[in-house]
Amino acid sequence: MQKKFDIYKLIDLFIPILAVLAALAVGAVILLFQDANPLEAYSAMFSGAFTNKNGMADTLVKAIPLLLVALGVAIAFRGGVINIGAEGQLIMGALLTTWLGLQLGDTLPGWLVIIIGMLGGAMMGGLWAAVPGLLKAYLGVNEILSTIMMNQIAIQIAFFLLRGPMIDPAELEAGTNIPQSARLARSADLPRFTDMAKALGFTKTAEELGLTGFTAELYGLFVEPTRLHSGLIIAIVLAILVYVLLWRTTIGFRIRTVGENKAASRYAGINVKRYIVLSITLGGVFAGLAGAIEILGLHHRMFEPTAVSAGYGFSGIVVALFGFLNPLGIIPSAILFGGLLVGGDKMQRAMQIPQVLITVILGLVVLFVVSADIWVKRRATRRVSVEEPASPADPDPPPSNIPPAEAAT
Amino acid sequence: MTNDANLLPSGLPRIESMQMRDIVKRFPGVLANDHVNFDVNAGEIHALLGENGAGKSTLMKVLYGLYQPEEGEILLNGQVANIHSPTDAIEQGIGMIHQHFMLVDNLTVAQNVALGLKSSKGKGFVLDLDVVTARIRDLADKYGLYVDPEAIINRLSVGERQRVEIIKALYRGAALLILDEPTAVLTPQEVDEIFKIFRNMAAEGHALIFISHKLDEIFALTDRVTVLRDGRVVGDVLTADVTKNELANMMVGREVLMERHRVPMPVGEVRLKLEDVNAVNDREQPILRHISFAVRSGEILGVAGVSGNGQRALAEAIAGLQPVSEGRVEMDGRDVTNLSPSQMFEAGLSYIPEERMHDGVIKNFNVAENLVLQDHQFPPYSKGIFLNFGTIDSHADEMIREFDIKTPSKDTAVKNLSGGNIQKLILARELDRQPRFLIAAQPTRGVDIGATEYIHAQLLKQRSEGLATLLISEDLDEVMAMSDRIMVLFGGEIMGIVDSDQVTVQQLGLMMAGEKAEDVFAQKDLAAAGDT
Repeated sequence: MQKKFDIYKLIDLFIPILAVLAALAVGAVILLFQDANPLEAYSAMFSGAFTNKNGMADTLVKAIPLLLVALGVAIAFRGGVINIGAEGQLIMGALLTTWLGLQLGDTLPGWLVIIIGMLGGAMMGGLWAAVPGLLKAYLGVNEILSTIMMNQIAIQIAFFLLRGPMIDPAELEAGTNIPQSARLARSADLPRFTDMAKALGFTKTAEELGLTGFTAELYGLFVEPTRLHSGLIIAIVLAILVYVLLWRTTIGFRIRTVGENKAASRYAGINVKRYIVLSITLGGVFAGLAGAIEILGLHHRMFEPTAVSAGYGFSGIVVALFGFLNPLGIIPSAILFGGLLVGGDKMQRAMQIPQVLITVILGLVVLFVVSADIWVKRRATRRVSVEEPASPADPDPPPSNIPPAEAAT
Repeated sequence: MTNDANLLPSGLPRIESMQMRDIVKRFPGVLANDHVNFDVNAGEIHALLGENGAGKSTLMKVLYGLYQPEEGEILLNGQVANIHSPTDAIEQGIGMIHQHFMLVDNLTVAQNVALGLKSSKGKGFVLDLDVVTARIRDLADKYGLYVDPEAIINRLSVGERQRVEIIKALYRGAALLILDEPTAVLTPQEVDEIFKIFRNMAAEGHALIFISHKLDEIFALTDRVTVLRDGRVVGDVLTADVTKNELANMMVGREVLMERHRVPMPVGEVRLKLEDVNAVNDREQPILRHISFAVRSGEILGVAGVSGNGQRALAEAIAGLQPVSEGRVEMDGRDVTNLSPSQMFEAGLSYIPEERMHDGVIKNFNVAENLVLQDHQFPPYSKGIFLNFGTIDSHADEMIREFDIKTPSKDTAVKNLSGGNIQKLILARELDRQPRFLIAAQPTRGVDIGATEYIHAQLLKQRSEGLATLLISEDLDEVMAMSDRIMVLFGGEIMGIVDSDQVTVQQLGLMMAGEKAEDVFAQKDLAAAGDT
């Protein structure tokens, strides 16, 4: 079979980029209403997120939880389950990781505590997601509602634990009573890129090597002390594994089959209920792991739950959709949105523009991406019917007297 | 007040006469109504009879404004009526009771009646339910339609819900009522009751159109019958002037077009056996009653019947998709009652489902993926948890060649294939598994002639190789041409299992309308009637 070059595929690839540009354009109008120069604002945003080592490090640090959450959302979506509960799953994962870390202290080698903490966090997230999964599969409870409610429960459990059993003893001593845990043992910190670079023998700074400009910043990002930690590597490896899971394994095949058509899955002998529970549970595993990595790699302690989750549970949905629910597409998508979050922060500081504008732009991006996607699909159907008409010997009259429009529903 | 005699009990004017003249309605590839004439007068119950796909529903949707005909006109009281939407139809006094209820389950009767009503408001936007309730009571009184306006729909029985639908239509001023298979979901007692109401309504001056394919009901209720077949009117007669046989003849009595290319086969061992199988739907109503039969190797058992008489439930009960509440299913002598679908596939069942686009394929998956929908988890298509794309792809190429599936490539999404080719794909998938037993439900519905012949040839080839097949079809010609024996289902019950060489289409038609085989064969005049 000869493959011919398809110009439309190229156009489709640009659709997400066009969607971002369109969202930025609408954002520019809002900026004008704020009496701000959009060009100035956007350049502050871009340079803040993508031009210097600390900005890039922050972008990637935010991309880590976004990527992990989005992977989970994508698995659930592919399985036909809409998981709005990543926020709660992330918080529960972070809580258990913190608790395990505090319990183990430095009684075990650091790397073992890290592994136990990550497995615990992932498991907790999975359990938190399994509840709405079971409710949906066996009682028909709408997962959108139940996952949102599970978010609230997670937040309140976190506050309860952080004000009581898990509170930092130092807070009680000082009488400040801020709801946060003690810091985990330093041995249980996920290695930062700078630590790893040192271990590999990169000890010189960019300046010492005589690097300048963007090369220096890029070198600095990976070698000099920044917040960038090895969670990034874990997340990217997992993205590739999720791709393999969904498109190369029998389990992924069945998850996608159930997500596409539950009736046909039943007819094909697939246990639909089991796969509904499985796909959202896997989604929760990734959100829980995001929580674990936030604790081990970045915060090293648990504090106000909504500050730890920082809305990643919701932004992750946007990231997943923007990456077309494809794990490999989600990697750049997570980095882009990490950059938008960091850049929005920088823009706020440079121009006194409220950061919520970034939230508006995120929403607009989703709107444009989803509508562009629908448009692309419609056009694709039209294209097929124009280019590949069913051969005259092969007409397909609608069954009995149902008109095509009705038969299609 | 004008002359009282011209008003209905609901206080609205009668439709003295309705005529549909030369109605033509086309769908791509199908002439659904071919110059159909149909009329009904006040005080009359006029039956519209025909097989599935004969064009009954299309004709009524034209009358109700859901479809616009390409040709023809509708006259109300002798005047040309413009009916472009159901709203137009309702304003001119036409109401329709759908086969499936259009009620909101968690609202009350009164709220349901008020839904979408223009004149239900009291002041401004405020809905005055008291007015609605009072009017419902008034209508219920006048027509003997007893329902509590304050009852919530999901607490009502099916029969009561039907009465709500009728009240809804009357409330909107219906003088002419289209009843689309109104008894399909009712119990015999509820049917008796609703018939009384219908007769009463006709006596009061309503015009009623009764759509059905149940001969008993037509004789019990109607004054006149129009029979549709393949979109054309084949008869318009007074019910009192015809016999059941004549009607069955009109409904299905066409030439058997297909030749019987079946060669007699020595049948082998019993592959599938059902013993007194019963099943209920989710509302605990029986959908299969005391089903017992056996299918042997090298045999095709045809299942005839009007759709909705248990065919689908039967197929699903065998396939493990519908729980069997009583009785026993055996495959190759082994008890397989209520095994899961995947266990049934492993036991050697293949199933071509009726709704192929919905149940048979994943539209967004490509041809290769759809060809391994059940078997992807077994070697050679996978190793451990990993799919083996090498064999999946070569298998797809092989199937495309062997079963002549017309597709640009194996990577084409199935939604872009024609219906005939999707059916060939499903056939390829189900036959390549070398099943012990095959259920083929409506295997050629909506498929062009070429593909139909191909599918038939494949089924016969498999039969000659010893496959046992259950062929469920609404196409009587197909059932007669393909089957060794024919089983007729009616109301979830077996009306009889007959040798396909010793039964006429007319006899099958009677059985499909609810006559037991013993009764049908007892009628001596049948053969004579069948020959005319």
